[in-house]
Order: sequence, then C-alpha cells, then structure tokens
Amino acid sequence: MIGIFFVALTALCCLIIVALVAVILGDIAWFGWGSLNLQFLLTAPQQGMTEGGIFPAIFGTVFLVLLMTIAVIPLGVMTAIYLHEYAPRKSMVIRWIRLAIENLAGVPAIVFGLFGLGFFIEFVGRGIDRIFLDGQLAFGQPAIIWAALTLALLTLPTVVVATEEALRAIPVSHREVAYSLGATRLQMVRRVVLPQAVGGILTGGILAVSRGAGEVAPILFTGAAYFLPYLPNKLNDQFMELGYHIYVLATQSPDVEKTKPILYSTVFVLLVLTFALNFTAIWIRSRIRRRLRAEK
Amino acid sequence: MTGQKGLQIEELSIRADGRDLLRSVSLEVRPGEILGIIGPAGSGKTTLLRCLNRLADLDEGLRISGRVFLNGASILGRDADVVGIRRKIGLVFPVPTPLPLSIFDNLAFGPRIGGITAVEELRRMMESSLKSAYLWEEVNDRLNEPAANLSGGQQQRLCLARTLMLEPEILLLDEPCSGLDPISTAQIEEALKVLRKDMAIVLVTNNVKQASRVADKTAFLLLGELVEFAPTRELFTTPRDKRTEDYITGRFG
Ligand SMILES: Nc1ncnc2c1ncn2[C@@H]1O[C@H](COP(=O)(O)OP(=O)(O)OP(=O)(O)O)[C@@H](O)[C@H]1O
Ligand SMILES: [Mg+2]
Repeated sequence: MIGIFFVALTALCCLIIVALVAVILGDIAWFGWGSLNLQFLLTAPQQGMTEGGIFPAIFGTVFLVLLMTIAVIPLGVMTAIYLHEYAPRKSMVIRWIRLAIENLAGVPAIVFGLFGLGFFIEFVGRGIDRIFLDGQLAFGQPAIIWAALTLALLTLPTVVVATEEALRAIPVSHREVAYSLGATRLQMVRRVVLPQAVGGILTGGILAVSRGAGEVAPILFTGAAYFLPYLPNKLNDQFMELGYHIYVLATQSPDVEKTKPILYSTVFVLLVLTFALNFTAIWIRSRIRRRLRAEK
Repeated sequence: MTGQKGLQIEELSIRADGRDLLRSVSLEVRPGEILGIIGPAGSGKTTLLRCLNRLADLDEGLRISGRVFLNGASILGRDADVVGIRRKIGLVFPVPTPLPLSIFDNLAFGPRIGGITAVEELRRMMESSLKSAYLWEEVNDRLNEPAANLSGGQQQRLCLARTLMLEPEILLLDEPCSGLDPISTAQIEEALKVLRKDMAIVLVTNNVKQASRVADKTAFLLLGELVEFAPTRELFTTPRDKRTEDYITGRFG
C-alpha cells in the first residue's frame, strides 16, 4: 500500500517537472513564433528597441562565444592533460587543484563578472594601456575580449571535467602499448591519447559554449553594451549579446508592452541556440560511448 | 660480465608496500634461446617482465634492486635510455592490445615514432614482421581495415608482429596464448621457434606444457622466489625441488 503511494508520489513529482517545462517552452514558442522572421534575425533594433530585429545581439553572442571557445579549449584541455597524464597520481597538491577546479563550477556567475572587472579590465587592461599605449584608454575598459576571457574562466571547469572524463575512458593498456613500442610521453599523448579524446573534448567545448552563451552576469561589467549602433570588429570593442538584450528589453524599454513580442522572440532564439548546442553535445557523446563499447 | 650477448638478470628484487614481489632472482637468456617462465598466479612473472623493459617505471611505489644487463650494459639505472631500452626489449601483453587504428597504423606505430615514415619501407618491414607472426596470408589484402575487425587470435599475432616491427634484440611475451584456441596457440609457438634464431625470447606462460614444448630453459617462480632454473628437459624430467615437481605434475596447492 505504502509502496504504491510512494510510486505515485515520485511519478507525480516527475509529472510536475515535465508540465512546468512544457508550459515554459510552450509559452515562449507560442508568443515567440509570431514575430519571428528573417527580417527579425537580420536587422538591428529600431525605435528605442520597440521595433526591428536582434542581429547585433546574435552577432555579438556568436563573436563572444567564439573568442571564449578559442580561450577555454586550449586552457582546459591542457589543464586536464596535465592533471591526468603528467601529474603524480597520489599528490596532495594535485588533489587540491582538482578540488579547486570543481569548486570553480560552483562560484556564482556574478562573482566571475566582478573578478573580470577587477582583474582583466582594471589590472590587465589598464596595465596594457599604461605600458604599451602611453596611458591612452584602449583596453582598460569593458570590451569583448575581457568578457570572453571572463566567460572562459566560468566555463573552464566544464572543459576540464569533460576532457578528464574522456582521458579516463582511454584504457591504460593503450598507453602501455605506446610506451612499450618506444614512445616518449609526449608522443604517447599526441598519438594515442589526444585522437581518442577528441570527442570528449568536443563535447566539453559544446557544453561550455551552451553554458557561456546564456550567461549574462559575467559580461555585465566586462563588455556587454545596452545598445550599439555598430557591430564589434576589434577585440576591445563593446558588443550586444542575446541574454543581456533580453534583460534590457524586459526592464529598460520605454514601452514594455510594445516590446513584448520582440522579447518573446529573442528568448525563443536564445533557447533554440542553446538547445541545439546541448543536443549536439549529447549526440556526440552517445556516439563516442557506443564506439567505445563496440571496441571492448 | 661485460660483452656478453643477451639478457643477464642478477639478484633482482622488487618490493612494494613492504612486500617482496621478487626475491633475488637471477636468470639469463642468450640470442637463439627461449627462456620459459612458469609459476602460479601472483608469483611475479608479469612484474619481472615489466621491469625488464622498464614499463615498471609507470608503477608508482615499486622498489627495484639488483642488476640487469642487455649485451653487457646495465639497463636499470636512472640514467639509462629508457625509450631505447623499450625498443630493444619488446613486450607482448597477455591480452591482445590493438590500438584503435588500422592494421597498417598499428604496425607502423613503433617505426613511425622512431622516425621511419616512408610507406615503401614500412610495407617492407610489415611484410617480414607479419610473415614471422604467421599472419601475412590472412591480412595482407586488408591492411587498412581497423585492427578491431580481426579475431582475438589474429589480434594477438598482430601485436606480436607490431613488436617485431621494432626488430628487438629481446622479445618478452606475457602469457601470449592465454585466451587463444589451440590453432592460434600452435601458430604463435611455431613463430617463436623460428624467431629464436634472431633474438633472445622470454616466454611467460601459465601453461606448463607450452613451456615444455618450446622453451630451451625453464624457470619456476613461486611467490617471488626463483625455485628452480634449468634446461627444460632437465627441469621437467628430473626436477630438483619438490615444489617444482608438484607444480609441473599439477599436484600443486
Ligand atoms: N605495482 C604494484 N604494487 C603492489 N603490488 C603489486 C604491484 N604489481 C604487482 N603487484 C603484486 O605482485 C604480485 C605478483 O603479480 P604479477 O602480476 O607479477 O603475478 P603473475 O605471476 O604475473 O600472475 P598471473 O599468472 O596471474 O599473471 C601480485 O600479488 C600483485 O598483487
Ligand atoms: Mg601475469
């Protein structure tokens, strides 16, 4: 009797969650679909954002995420390779480093934003201006490069963890075979480990991108602009971004009612973008799992 | 002892966690000979082989003492050329370990990292290695297929051929036939009898009969102790130690 009750309860909880997701998605799709068209995707906001499209925000998001990826993948992959292939296995220091990386994943995004402001803009950016540009203001202000680097820090744990997971999945015997055939450690990593880890690294990269693409807090102080009449084309330009644009539309518009359809469509675009990335990651991962299983 | 061909092992001891894995083992094998090593599970056979080609360097916490010479030169020192040693002392693992690559790339792995990349030369080496491993007929027209497509027995012969690509002076085999059917086993034994002409072979085996069939001399290891080391015929017909007799007649434990 209690058993049946418990099953029903757990099933109900599941149902509530599914219903919630369905309502949210349905709502966004229903209202977002209406004003969604090519025009919307390819033009800039007009009339104080009550009309026009979101092209600069899409462009800025893609540019931002691209820069972030270029920064986070090498850093994350090298970190994971050091931790898994080079570092002494039982070292206390290594254990702390790993713990620190995992904890990094739990740090609130706004803290990353403040860190980016303090470290990248105030320290690194101002430093560059002072030393290389005679104090002329160029990098010591919010810019897409600092926002991208801040996001890269935020998503670093994702890449490190995914890469390490991929490295762990490679049988020790493959490494020993490489050594026994006279490979140095570098040759072993390059010829045996990396080729097999590519899928995992890719998954980590995509997950990082889909996480990074939706975060607003880290870019708030580090480079996102409320509105820009031009597209960013230099590393120290500011930029518009989808998540931030949504925030702006929802809270700063002169006519909230009039912007509502645009707001819905923007949310819809952002969701589709992140979902697509997530599904790609899941798909790649399942393909790799299947291949690994087939080989055993 | 310098100048002597082959592998000399003198008073080799290996400890881990305060336990003796090998206790003062002394063995010798020369080019033209097959040294069989038999002994029950856990007697240290694998540990010994991994030490001989410095794969034991990967295991943390092993304390190795004693001396091992390859052609008279010590191979245990910190300053020894580990990569060079591994290329001269090839090791075949107990289970087939093809890399997730094509047959061709598996075979070419060793030569390539050694700097040989010319396809012509690789093919020539492959043909002779595969023939030595009795695998040429079966794979010569499918070298670009994934190695995983081969049967277990074929994979194990591929691993043997892959090691032979290095043209090693010493060939270490760790229970190379443990998962194989009698025909694959016979093929590997045939291959070893021919290969013996060009190199010294150390064959670790769980199968006492296999040692008696192919080994020139046989060593019996028990819990890290070298109980007996003698020419194979002698060890199998007139064992000096009671424990050897019990083991080879299957009355052990
Ligand atoms: N790195 C290590 N640290 C501690 N103990 C080890 C290590 N490597 C091996 N041993 C121990 O050494 C003993 C001998 O192991 P080994 O693998 O050499 O046996 P074996 O003779 O090859 O056995 P089998 O016939 O089952 O393959 C085992 O008790 C094993 O637990
Ligand atoms: Mg063993």
